[in-house]
Order: sequence, then structure tokens, then C-alpha cells
Amino acid sequence: MSLTTGKSAFLEGFVAGMPFLLVIGPFAFLFGVVAVEAGLDVPQAVGMSVVVIAGSAQFTAVQLLSESAPAWVAMAAALAVNLRMAMYSAALQPHLGSAPLWQRVIVSYLNFDVSYALGISHFEERPERSTDQKVVYFLGTIALTAPLWVVGTLIGAAAGGALPDSALIDFAMPILFLAIVGPMLKTLAHLAAAVSSALAAMLLFWLPSGIGLLIAAAIAMAAGAEIERRRGR
Amino acid sequence: MSHSAIEIWAIIAVLGAGTFLIRFSFLGLVGGRRMPNWLLRHLRYTPVAVLPGLVAPLVAWPSATGGDTDPVRLAAALATLAVAFWRKNVLWGALAGAATLGVLTWLL
Repeated sequence: MSLTTGKSAFLEGFVAGMPFLLVIGPFAFLFGVVAVEAGLDVPQAVGMSVVVIAGSAQFTAVQLLSESAPAWVAMAAALAVNLRMAMYSAALQPHLGSAPLWQRVIVSYLNFDVSYALGISHFEERPERSTDQKVVYFLGTIALTAPLWVVGTLIGAAAGGALPDSALIDFAMPILFLAIVGPMLKTLAHLAAAVSSALAAMLLFWLPSGIGLLIAAAIAMAAGAEIERRRGR
Repeated sequence: MSHSAIEIWAIIAVLGAGTFLIRFSFLGLVGGRRMPNWLLRHLRYTPVAVLPGLVAPLVAWPSATGGDTDPVRLAAALATLAVAFWRKNVLWGALAGAATLGVLTWLL
């Protein structure tokens, strides 16, 4: 790979990723705030953003921990939220599977919704590009977002303790989750999964903290998959 | 919260390792093998199967009101969902929800 084509692929990805900074910045700040609110200290909140580096799953874990759910329930629910990334990993494989192992490790660590969506649409438009260029483009899309996720968490966690109690803070997490869910309701199957998840979780809310959620998630997943199968997507 | 600092760090470590393994699965471990269709079909619905179940009780029975349904929070939740769905955009949805909550709290 010549330096210039590598550079331009990185820049292309970098520019494509910029609009998402507007979303990731507040999202990261809010994670810092709610993590501290839930009882994590600042190093734990920031550590989680570095180690796990997956927004929705981190919010899920923190919410369940604040409800005093058992640790295994918090972990199971958060990992369930991340299972979609196995699908991302499989979709990227034909494009990036021939890259050296260390590059695939870095790409995997940085495989977010944003970088995946930008990456896969770019690779499908430009299949002729070399694996090197594709890796560099992918890293470009996330070059600012990933550090911002960590820095935003730090700022939010540091500021969180100083914020006054208000409806805006205690209800920030539900609003955020609903804002994440809204754009996901792309098909009847997605809608059915979402509705059955919400209903089942409420019906099973009397179960020990978080357990009802896990059962509801399994029911909802099956409902979505079954509707998709019948409609022959 | 009922978890010790060591427990929290352990949860962070397990979540980090688990999330990485999920992300690394096909790129690093199983390579070019195709995922069976039934599995793909289920994976597609994981986020939308977990998040609504997590949020529904928080909206219906907010802890801040001691579990009583609160019209203001309910309205904010509906505004968030509607705008996020309509604009297909997380940020607009969150802003709509925060604005609804802020304005109604101030008015009432």
C-alpha cells in the first residue's frame, strides 16, 4: 500500500465518522453521569468505557447494578445486548478476514455500531479496494469516536457527582434507551420483538431483579425471529 | 448498590472479555464459515429484545416517584420513542424526550 492511498482512505473514513461525534459526545457524558449515579466511582466508569467500549451494553449493566441485580444477571443482559456484534463480525469477515491478526484484533475491539455501519456500506460500494485500505478506512471512521467515548465518560463521571438531583437526571437513562430503540424498529418483526420484550418484562417484574428481563429477552428474540421466518424476509 | 469494588471490577473485566470475544468471533476465530440462518435470525433481534424490557418498568413505575406512574415521565418517554422512530435518529429522540420532561416539569 502506498502511503498516499492509505492516508486518503483514512481521511475518507475520518470524515464519514465526524457527524457521529455529535451523538457519541453527549452519550458518553451521560454514561459517566449515570454510572456515578448508580454507584460506580470515576475510575470504574472510565475503566468500563475503555475495557467494554460498547454504549448500550454499558448502560444496561449499570442500570441493573443500580437495581442491585445479581452480577451474573447484569453481565448476561449486557452481553445479550452485544450479541448483535457477532453478526457484524461475520459481515466484516469477507472484507477484512485476510488482514494480519493484530489488525483484526484492533478492528474487533473497535467494532461499534457506527464503524460497522460506515465500514460495511463503504466496502460494499468499493469492493475493489485492498484489505489494507479497508482496514485503514474502518479505523478512520472511529479515530475520534472511540477516544471521545472515553473522554466523555470521564467528564460526565467527574461532573456527575456535582449535578443536582432532578427529573432530568433520574430519567436520563430511560430516555436514552428509548431513543436507541426508536430507530431500531425497522420491520414488523423488530416491532413485535420490542413490544413482547416490554410486555413480558412488566409481567415478570415480580421476579428477582433482572431475571424477568432475561426471560423477556429470550421470548422477544424468539418472537422476532419467528415473525421474520413466517414472513419470509 | 450492593456490589463491592472488586465485584464491579470483575464485572467490567468479564464484560470486556466477553464483548471482545463476540466482536472477534468471525473476524478472528471461526473465519469465513457462514452463520446458520436460524442463528442470524435470532441475533438480529438481540438489542431490540433486551432494551425495551429493561426500560418499560422504569417508565411505568419510576423509582423517583416510589413506583407510582407519572404522567410527565410517561409523556417524555412517548415523545422520545415517537421522535426517535420518526427521525430515525437517537439524538433527536433524546432531545425531544428531555425537552418534554423539562417543559412539563416546569409547567406542572
